[in-house]
Amino acid sequence: MIFPSTPSQTVGPYFAIGLPWDAGPHAVPPGAPGAIAIIGTVYDGAGEPVPDYLIETWQADGDGRFADLHGHGGVSQLEGFRGFARCGHEDGDGSYEIITVKPGAVPWLGGGVQAPHIDVTVLARGMLQRCVTRIYFADEGEANAVDPVLATVPAGRRETLIAEPTDDGYRFDIRLQGPGETVFFDV
Amino acid sequence: MKEHTTRIYDPVSDTPTSYARDPEGTHPPLDYPPYKSTALRYPKQPLIYLPQTITEITGPQLYSALGTGELDHDLTRQHEGEPIGERIKVSGRVFDTEGKPLRDTLVEIWQANAAGRYLHRWDRWPAPLDPNFSGAGRCVTDDDGGYSFVTIKPGPYPWGNHYNAWRPAHIHFSLLGRAFAQRLVTQMYFPGDPMFPYDPIFNSVPDEEARQRMVSRFSIHGSEPNWALSYQFDIYLRGPGATPFEDAP
Ligand SMILES: [Fe+2]
Repeated sequence: MIFPSTPSQTVGPYFAIGLPWDAGPHAVPPGAPGAIAIIGTVYDGAGEPVPDYLIETWQADGDGRFADLHGHGGVSQLEGFRGFARCGHEDGDGSYEIITVKPGAVPWLGGGVQAPHIDVTVLARGMLQRCVTRIYFADEGEANAVDPVLATVPAGRRETLIAEPTDDGYRFDIRLQGPGETVFFDV
Repeated sequence: MKEHTTRIYDPVSDTPTSYARDPEGTHPPLDYPPYKSTALRYPKQPLIYLPQTITEITGPQLYSALGTGELDHDLTRQHEGEPIGERIKVSGRVFDTEGKPLRDTLVEIWQANAAGRYLHRWDRWPAPLDPNFSGAGRCVTDDDGGYSFVTIKPGPYPWGNHYNAWRPAHIHFSLLGRAFAQRLVTQMYFPGDPMFPYDPIFNSVPDEEARQRMVSRFSIHGSEPNWALSYQFDIYLRGPGATPFEDAP
């Protein structure tokens, strides 16, 4: 490293002026085959829904390929797949919804695979840096059992990373602090 | 003066397999009592080390999805009339920490108007809104990593953190970078702001030199005669790091 990084600052309360956009929550185009909704609520340390947060998600398609600028791992062939979703509201009630497809397994470092997962960034007023977590899927029990990242998480906290099935997708709640605190990662 | 390289990332042949972790003191702690809203919003459990895998070293090409418009970079021309305030150019380059320019990366900004008021329903302090100013812009870096906005200088504004609390004038910046691991949200400040010593958000960055990297530079040479003053703000995102195996704790 020659030049040190620019420091992080909070996204503040007014990001809705600039960051969310209408198609932001859609990691796949409307009506894409296999589309699912991932819904959830973000809670603070008092157990109250956080109204003013922004979440962003990044993931592979069902074949485990990314819509990546570098083309790492082979570029996704899924029509219109963006793999990135952003959801935040000027006047939120704490809940979010993103529309995407369930990701496939992706490679682990130097061989092996990781269980299907979605990387998540949480930004909010009162957070001086982003927090990063991962969504895993409750119906991927076998893959989760051998996932090398989940293996580094204390067993009693792994369930905070597991999204539960709903009628049309999954639910993944995020607890920033306190009982049931979501596991966050140092990336 | 350190030399910046002129080489830019080739999207195919020059793909970092991991990003360097920043030294202690670069970024603010999540638990920072002087900024009161942190109290219920920081994780109390330690963060768990995540080796950077393909999910972390890839990133979206958001600019094509957003379709940046012709006037997205000029916040003074998004309405019928011109906004009130001091017209400024805010420009700079986006590099990684090895000094390589990052092209094709999305830069998004949002800010208060000249009176220090945001066009947001929760901002209710008694300063006027400006019908000719929305306060949001975006652009994509060029082949040299360069970006440029035209806007008006935002005013300082009060907030409820403590008695007589005021934010120094600032512009919020969001950078996608080229990988999930490079994502950065920050704020750009103006040189010599008298409110720096009193602002817990600015001072949440532990390292004094790191704080100064959030302060733009006034440039007389970049200023346009009879038109606009220039403030320059270069941004550094994490660069290539050791391989994930070497980087393990
Ligand atoms: Fe602000």
